[in-house]
Amino acid sequence: MGEPFVSRGFFGRRRQPEQAGRIPPGQYLVDDWPVLSAGPTPRIRLDQWRFTIEGLVRQPVSWSWEEFLKLPSKTYVVDISCVTKWTKLDMKWQGVSVDTLLQAVALDSRAAFITASSYGGYTTNLAIPDLVNDQAFIAYQEGEKPLTPEHGGPARLVVPHLYFWKSAKWIQGFRLEEREQLGFWETLGYHRRGDPWKEERYSGD
Amino acid sequence: MDEQDGDRNRELMLDGNAAGGMLYDVFSAEMTGAPTECASCGRRGEIGSLLAFTQAPGLVLRCPSCENAMVRIVRAGDVTYLDARGAVYLRIAR
Amino acid sequence: MADALRWQLGTVTEIHQETPRAKTFTIALPLWTAHHAGQHYDIRLTAPDGYQTQRSYSIASEPERQGLVELTVERIDDGEVSPYLHDVVQPKDQIELRGPIGGYFVWDVGLGGPLLLVGGGSGVVPLMAMIRHRVAAGSSIQTRLLYSVRSPDDVLYADELQMLQDHREGVDVIYTYTRQAPGGWTGYRRRIDRAMLKEITSQMEAGLRPYVCGPTLLVEAAANNLVELGIPADRIRTERFGPTGT
Repeated sequence: MGEPFVSRGFFGRRRQPEQAGRIPPGQYLVDDWPVLSAGPTPRIRLDQWRFTIEGLVRQPVSWSWEEFLKLPSKTYVVDISCVTKWTKLDMKWQGVSVDTLLQAVALDSRAAFITASSYGGYTTNLAIPDLVNDQAFIAYQEGEKPLTPEHGGPARLVVPHLYFWKSAKWIQGFRLEEREQLGFWETLGYHRRGDPWKEERYSGD
Repeated sequence: MDEQDGDRNRELMLDGNAAGGMLYDVFSAEMTGAPTECASCGRRGEIGSLLAFTQAPGLVLRCPSCENAMVRIVRAGDVTYLDARGAVYLRIAR
Repeated sequence: MADALRWQLGTVTEIHQETPRAKTFTIALPLWTAHHAGQHYDIRLTAPDGYQTQRSYSIASEPERQGLVELTVERIDDGEVSPYLHDVVQPKDQIELRGPIGGYFVWDVGLGGPLLLVGGGSGVVPLMAMIRHRVAAGSSIQTRLLYSVRSPDDVLYADELQMLQDHREGVDVIYTYTRQAPGGWTGYRRRIDRAMLKEITSQMEAGLRPYVCGPTLLVEAAANNLVELGIPADRIRTERFGPTGT
């Protein structure tokens, strides 16, 4: 093999030095919000939308859209990092803390993991300690506007301290599990946790 | 851009043709003209005719009739993961 | 096809500005193999720090032209590869690429016709390779191109298509302008729809082979309309170019 080829005058559009402390390693900053998609946007009628918590709980709980909007909500301003290497700073969301949702169910003592599932069939796995203490929320507004369907509206999970594939679009429910059930990308080699600061991209990273 | 139904996810969709290079890496064969069958609805057609979602952590090929995920491929560093549970078979020309 | 799809370093020999937004790059290839019209090449860019990115570009030239390929590239302003190709690359530069790739959206004269080509925007590029191949092979297969463009400024290969029309060799080109038509235009000025496809296919011989290429929404609409006009779905070949404009 000879010298590796370098394209004359090519540096990559979005390659830029990391801002100290703000951007995880290997990430670049974006101003726009790229749409990432593993399937077409599911069409969800609000009068049929439900969010359900089931599995290792004493009694499953389910909210309609109207009921969900009546839950106490908060404003979150957080940075988002996608495993495809973009980071977007200071995204402003409105949503319901996962703490609020879990308080509505009595968790079985064996429950240690959550499978988040979406309209359209997407799933992702999360450990309960990554979802509680106001670290995660179900958002229905971004930038003070209703969350658009292409970005996961009417509502998506947001777990800002993990890679964005954990923030399931078109969220439909949580299933409490004793054992971790790997999700859509995690079964195909992506990391089970996905901390961008540790660059936990692939299993084994 | 005139958005007809506002589904950016569908607009970003390509088809199996666009995955030809990546599929060649995995199978060492031209795959876009190869027949396959959806394990969910039974539709038969060439891989080139499948819906391809490429703006994602991996490649997802879906059935154009029922949108079942037929083939998923992730390049995870030095290794490649392949899930073709959604396809009854893939035919590889040698 | 070669036994392995190897990356090779091509040399840009010519750059032609087709429209304000599109350029054609003629690239000489050390490992050239004859392609099938409709196939594409992958172009890979590498930065000094090792960062790489790649995109697929359809071949515009006919396989009868040996040792080179022409790739027509539309400039996507917020893209990463096409602005580099448009703004940085000069003749004599080297480009890393591999191909030809694809076995589905392909046509050779041996497959016969009549050929119905439906293109939107830069989706016309692989269709042009089919037309050029048909001409170079001396075929008389009935061929119609329905070409959807925003405005006269956006028409790729306008002079060549005009010449084909004038020579009356069985290649018809029908334009539809979706934003702005030329002065005095009496033809179509709307998105491709079923009525338009019905008019165009009604004067064609039986056994139609449709190839549809363009933005996803155009491709889906045209393919669905063709099925509803009675063309078997498995005869309709489609290639989606993503969200770039018609």
